[in-house]
Amino acid sequence: MSGAFRLSGGLVDRDHRLRFAFNGRQYEGLAGDTLASALLANGVRLVGRSFKYHRPRGIFSAGSEEPNALVTLGEGRAALPNTRATMVELTDGIAAFSQNHLGPLGFDPLAVTDLLAPFLGAGFYYKTFMWPKAFWERVYEPLIRKAAGLGRLPTDPDPRLYDKGHLHCDLLVVGAGPAGLAAARAAGAAGARVILADEGFRPGGRLLAERHEIDGMSGADWAAAQWQALAALPNVRLMPRATALGLYDHGIAGVLERIAPEARAVDKPAEIFWRVRARRIVLAAGATERPLVFPGNDRPGIMLAGAVQAFVNRWAVAPGRRVAILANHDGGEALAAELAGAGLDIAAVIDARGDPQVLGTKGRGGLRSLTLADGRRIACDALAVSGGWSPNLHLAVHRDGKPAWRDDIQAFVPGAALPDGLAVAGAAGGSFGLRDCLDEGTRAGQAAATACGFRPPGAPGFTTDNTQHPPAPFRELSPGQGRAWVDLQNDVTAKDIRLAHREGFRSVEHLKRYTTLGMATDQGKTGNLAALALMAQQTGRGIPETGTTRYRPPYVPVSLGALAGREGGRGFKPVRRTPLHDWSAARGASFVESGLWLRAEWFAQDGESGWRDSVDREVMAVRTAVGICDVSTLGKIDIQGRDAAAFVDFVYCNGFAKLPVGRVRYGLMLREDGIVMDDGTCARLGEHHYLMTTTTANAAPVFQHLEFVRQCLRPDLDVHLVPDTDSWAQIAVAGPKARALLTRLVDAPFDISNAGFPFMACAELTVCGGTKARLFRISFSGELGYELAVPAPFGSALAEAMTGAGADLGVTPYGVEALNVLRIEKGHVSGPELNGQTAPAHLGLRRMAAQGKDYIGRVLAGRTRVDGAETARLVGLLPCDRAQPLTAGAHLLEPGAPRTQAHDLGWISSVAFSPSLGHDIGLALLNDGAARIGTRLRAVDAMAGAEVEVEIVSPHFIDPEGARQRG
Amino acid sequence: MIIYHPLLGPRDSDEFTYLGDASLIDRPDGLAEDAAARFAEYVYMRDNPAGTHRELWFHAAGDQSWLVVTRNTATHEITHVELASDVARARRAGR
Amino acid sequence: MGRFSALRLLYEGLTGNRGWTPHWRDAAPQPAYDIIVIGGGGHGLATAYQLAATYGQTRVALLEKGWIGGGNVGRNTTIVRANYLLPSNQGFYALSLRLWERMEQDLNYNVMMSQRGVLNLCHSDAQRDAAIRRGNAVRLSGADAVYLDAGALKKDWPFLDYDNARFPIRGGLLQPRAGTARHDAVAWGYARAASDRGVDIIQNCEVTGFDIRGGKVFGVETTRGHIAAGKVGVAVAGNTSRLMGMAGLRMPIESHVLQAFVTEGLKPVIPGVVTFGVGHFYISQSDKGGLVYGGDLDGYNSYAQRGNLPMVEHVAAAGVSLMPMIARARMLRSWGGIMDMTMDGSPIIDRTPVEGLYLNGGWCYGGFKATPGSGLVFAHLLATDTPHEVAKGFRLDRFARGHVIDETGHGPTPNLQ
Repeated sequence: MSGAFRLSGGLVDRDHRLRFAFNGRQYEGLAGDTLASALLANGVRLVGRSFKYHRPRGIFSAGSEEPNALVTLGEGRAALPNTRATMVELTDGIAAFSQNHLGPLGFDPLAVTDLLAPFLGAGFYYKTFMWPKAFWERVYEPLIRKAAGLGRLPTDPDPRLYDKGHLHCDLLVVGAGPAGLAAARAAGAAGARVILADEGFRPGGRLLAERHEIDGMSGADWAAAQWQALAALPNVRLMPRATALGLYDHGIAGVLERIAPEARAVDKPAEIFWRVRARRIVLAAGATERPLVFPGNDRPGIMLAGAVQAFVNRWAVAPGRRVAILANHDGGEALAAELAGAGLDIAAVIDARGDPQVLGTKGRGGLRSLTLADGRRIACDALAVSGGWSPNLHLAVHRDGKPAWRDDIQAFVPGAALPDGLAVAGAAGGSFGLRDCLDEGTRAGQAAATACGFRPPGAPGFTTDNTQHPPAPFRELSPGQGRAWVDLQNDVTAKDIRLAHREGFRSVEHLKRYTTLGMATDQGKTGNLAALALMAQQTGRGIPETGTTRYRPPYVPVSLGALAGREGGRGFKPVRRTPLHDWSAARGASFVESGLWLRAEWFAQDGESGWRDSVDREVMAVRTAVGICDVSTLGKIDIQGRDAAAFVDFVYCNGFAKLPVGRVRYGLMLREDGIVMDDGTCARLGEHHYLMTTTTANAAPVFQHLEFVRQCLRPDLDVHLVPDTDSWAQIAVAGPKARALLTRLVDAPFDISNAGFPFMACAELTVCGGTKARLFRISFSGELGYELAVPAPFGSALAEAMTGAGADLGVTPYGVEALNVLRIEKGHVSGPELNGQTAPAHLGLRRMAAQGKDYIGRVLAGRTRVDGAETARLVGLLPCDRAQPLTAGAHLLEPGAPRTQAHDLGWISSVAFSPSLGHDIGLALLNDGAARIGTRLRAVDAMAGAEVEVEIVSPHFIDPEGARQRG
Repeated sequence: MIIYHPLLGPRDSDEFTYLGDASLIDRPDGLAEDAAARFAEYVYMRDNPAGTHRELWFHAAGDQSWLVVTRNTATHEITHVELASDVARARRAGR
Repeated sequence: MGRFSALRLLYEGLTGNRGWTPHWRDAAPQPAYDIIVIGGGGHGLATAYQLAATYGQTRVALLEKGWIGGGNVGRNTTIVRANYLLPSNQGFYALSLRLWERMEQDLNYNVMMSQRGVLNLCHSDAQRDAAIRRGNAVRLSGADAVYLDAGALKKDWPFLDYDNARFPIRGGLLQPRAGTARHDAVAWGYARAASDRGVDIIQNCEVTGFDIRGGKVFGVETTRGHIAAGKVGVAVAGNTSRLMGMAGLRMPIESHVLQAFVTEGLKPVIPGVVTFGVGHFYISQSDKGGLVYGGDLDGYNSYAQRGNLPMVEHVAAAGVSLMPMIARARMLRSWGGIMDMTMDGSPIIDRTPVEGLYLNGGWCYGGFKATPGSGLVFAHLLATDTPHEVAKGFRLDRFARGHVIDETGHGPTPNLQ
């Protein structure tokens, strides 16, 4: 036998035995078992410890509402903490471990907190641990943190794979109990695209746990037959092991699917998170049973009556040898008869509505007896408790709806105002009779199909029972006679609720936050209503007036891995590579992240001792010979139309309307608040044709901005924009021998002489014997410079042609690090200076702004200043002792000034070692910078503990007159 | 959320970026006498209603069109979607 | 009401815990007060406390439309820090952090201020330079900051994905004095201390209009009747535009929804707060063991206190990308709060064009850490009619004057800040 507590019958496969381990001990279960049913079958009652008092706890439920039986599944990297034993489908060889105890599960020294309970009531920690002040972080908090928490999270990466996807359907049915199956059948038969999602691994819901007959079949057989019939419909997708977690705006539901154990493989995901877009939703998620509140109600062996029923009927497991039943409705006797029929010994059926009440329980590691108020002692090792059922209405109120109270069933149900397209059927709506569930499901499925344009065929009625057991209003049994738990996991007792009331925490939100009620992993599914009822008794208001806390997703906890899908790790964002990427890699480039791009940072050569050697060599090659640099990442926007000139003129602060065809101009683009948005060059390729370049980082935002201007601000202009960044490979060619190199590449008869193609010229031409190309004579380095663009597929070939044709000229590939050194030497601004906080005046570019025209940013450009940098101005810096290094990010202070905010004059934005000058240089944004040129300041970097005396100079370190680039 | 694009039909809001109040279409004249005051109002001040809000969305992962979406900020219900260029043209015609 | 102490806890424990009383009086409105503070969130409660405790105001009422502490003070990720770049912000937050450090003693309430550090990660040279600039600005303000390279980070943060992530980690700016606090306790602690000092805390009292005559405020209309006061301070976070609209004022504010999340409880694993700027993600671990995390605004105007799936999924992806171990942690609860996003991302604490009407708002997604500082400077303004020294930059008219406190450089686009 698979355990001493196994009964006959049930929906388990006795021919398929499975081995598993709990806390290192080997047991045997059957296919169809959950870990919980298998543990009970083996007589394992104590499975965990509670959160606060470390009380011994056993399995309490048979579903996702389980508060006690949280285990760590697996070991090492594979360990999965806080896993509900009731939701684990038993597979061969699994190993589970109990959590939240210091020593062995049976003897936990932290259970001493249980003895201190009188001092550790709700919110006790707000009233102490304040003295001495420094002890909180050093002593108290580490102790609390260590004792708190549940399972241990392995710090290794999670080895599981996760995935996510989108699904679309006419109807999403949540829950494959009787109502959900009926709804799916009705809509599926009509031809609607239906998704039926059920949390369990076997469809049927409560039909598997209870004993019903439908149309002459057992409930479980009926459910299996429906499932089979649905599986045959091509328009129906069946999703067992799939929990609808939340309903979001416009009919989008989040559904978590756990992949069946037999389908799991190394390269297959363990879980898939689906975003389901459904035109209609039928919520048929059933209901959750509530326990009763009485002294000592937390011992292992005390469980929900419906769970006892499920363990006996579905899993053929006796939760104990001798079972007592405690219920506040008429269902107790029927359950007793059912359990007795299964061979269990019934110790007593106690009516919680009358007397005598339960006074207490006994049994350290598990229930041994009950004591009644009349002094009777009832020996039993299991107690089935029922306080009625609460509809699983969550999805109906995740958006804006409010639950409504129904006195007849003593429960909240979805309110009248349901989200668009959502209907509720069966127990989720408070209908507990089986025939009602089936009829409501059928009607809801038909209505959904009709709403989606289908014609549902007529459906016959069902022959079955409609038994219901409405509970009595909530009543705490034997109040004040001992601790009675309301929230099992978080150890919130009825006393805590009364204390919260005494201390003024009377609104439901205050109650929750002060006592931590409902904030455990079970989200208060079983305990919340009793707490509301207790608070209502204290305040003298009713339960509906006391209200509920807001229902929010997720319905059950969901792994971050599933929400992330394949976007964790390297899949977090796409990687963009330039057309020259492989060419650069083959040349020894290392790469650096630049937004989503990877750019070559430098090209190391043999014999170089570090990156500085490579960069210095590359810089000097540009200054003395010729270098080539991949600038394909710069944004390119093609602008065409009769009004292209007027458009470009409107989006740059400087004038563009009069730019001649065949010329390029540097453009400064502002935001409407007057702060610099971006800079770049813009070439006029034709009368009605401009080509704009943007910085790498701003390609997408600038394009979006231009489309905003075009569509929203200037719909009067005839102009069209095409984002063209990826179409072209672009290579900067810079250095005194740049022209000599290009002469060898451009096709005749193109005249590349200084007279024929002067500084800031542009042209469309062919290179290398007929390859279409664009040539711009622009310079970021300050040297004689060009940028040559060819269609992206020819990028590598062009780079290869350049290095081949220019070997004797010393042509040298250079990366973005050298590019940065060159631009700092030249005093050009870049990302660190264009940081969204600088206006043209800060950058010394105020004169560029045109006077006579309106343009984006015109009005506020002269007004907007960012806090602390009102008079900032771009300057250059030199270390007074040229051997000293500068640090970007250091702040500038007067000599002798104290290191305080009030004396902060500015900061160093960019720093480089200049191989041309042989020392560090820097750019800075300095208050009253223009007036400080020639003075000395301190550059203070408290991060490195460094302070350097610096000389303020012009930001143009190399060729300030610009002779080289014009030569 | 789902946005019913006037040309492309229902699209997931994930495909869009958001800018804000559709009043940003009504850019004042930068050359007017009172431009400074009007631009400070235009750039920085918002009605920010709890209820019906006309707002600009950009179909970045789509056809690059700007849309004016009428959406309730209290319930997220969308009642109307227009091409921003149509709205902008109509506003200019009405000036 | 009696002081809280270990001894009292012991005594009450031995006598059945019958001696505890409400932490604050649930007051009914009187016809008139000297000063009314609207908004029973952290800032309003801190203001009321400071008015009584520091500025000797005895006739103060705090009006809350629902239950105190139910807004953003009860739905944030509890981070406390003072690591801002711009002087108008950093001076204020440096003061606020000092007030956090003595809050338990000031209030006689354990708000569990836990200075376990806040770490901002860097992934490139440019981000490192920006972090060093900010770290130096922080140090100049008198607060603390250190820059650690990846090697130094690995000691306390071994589980981050340094080298194999999409954005490898190069280093980070750490503020050791920063940390987290128990958010609800902050609201309750201020309420108790304010109530003890005579402030009327009036719950379920929604302001429906202002009594303004001749450009001056004389009181407020509420669901519990007219209440007169010569000075009215508004501290209502996401509802700022709505309230100020009742006074006829238009604001440089948009209301946006920000989601936050917490996982199931786990044994201690994350030492402090870590932020992953590139991925828009931050995380810490509460004393109960839950991993508290969040990311960006959903990105559209909203008053709904709930967000949507794209951000839920994006934030999880960022988290898993940064620390692959948390893929197996389960998100237990999610919630949304309404952020009063200003056009430069910085707050407003100022008089308004209506005489006697004062505004404390625009805290964007960072109001929690400001709570004690905000209460002090707003009380100062209400009591003395002059701005507090460290809050002089937070003027309402700064946009019209062109003086913005734009910390991130995103400009007037609140959803990107």
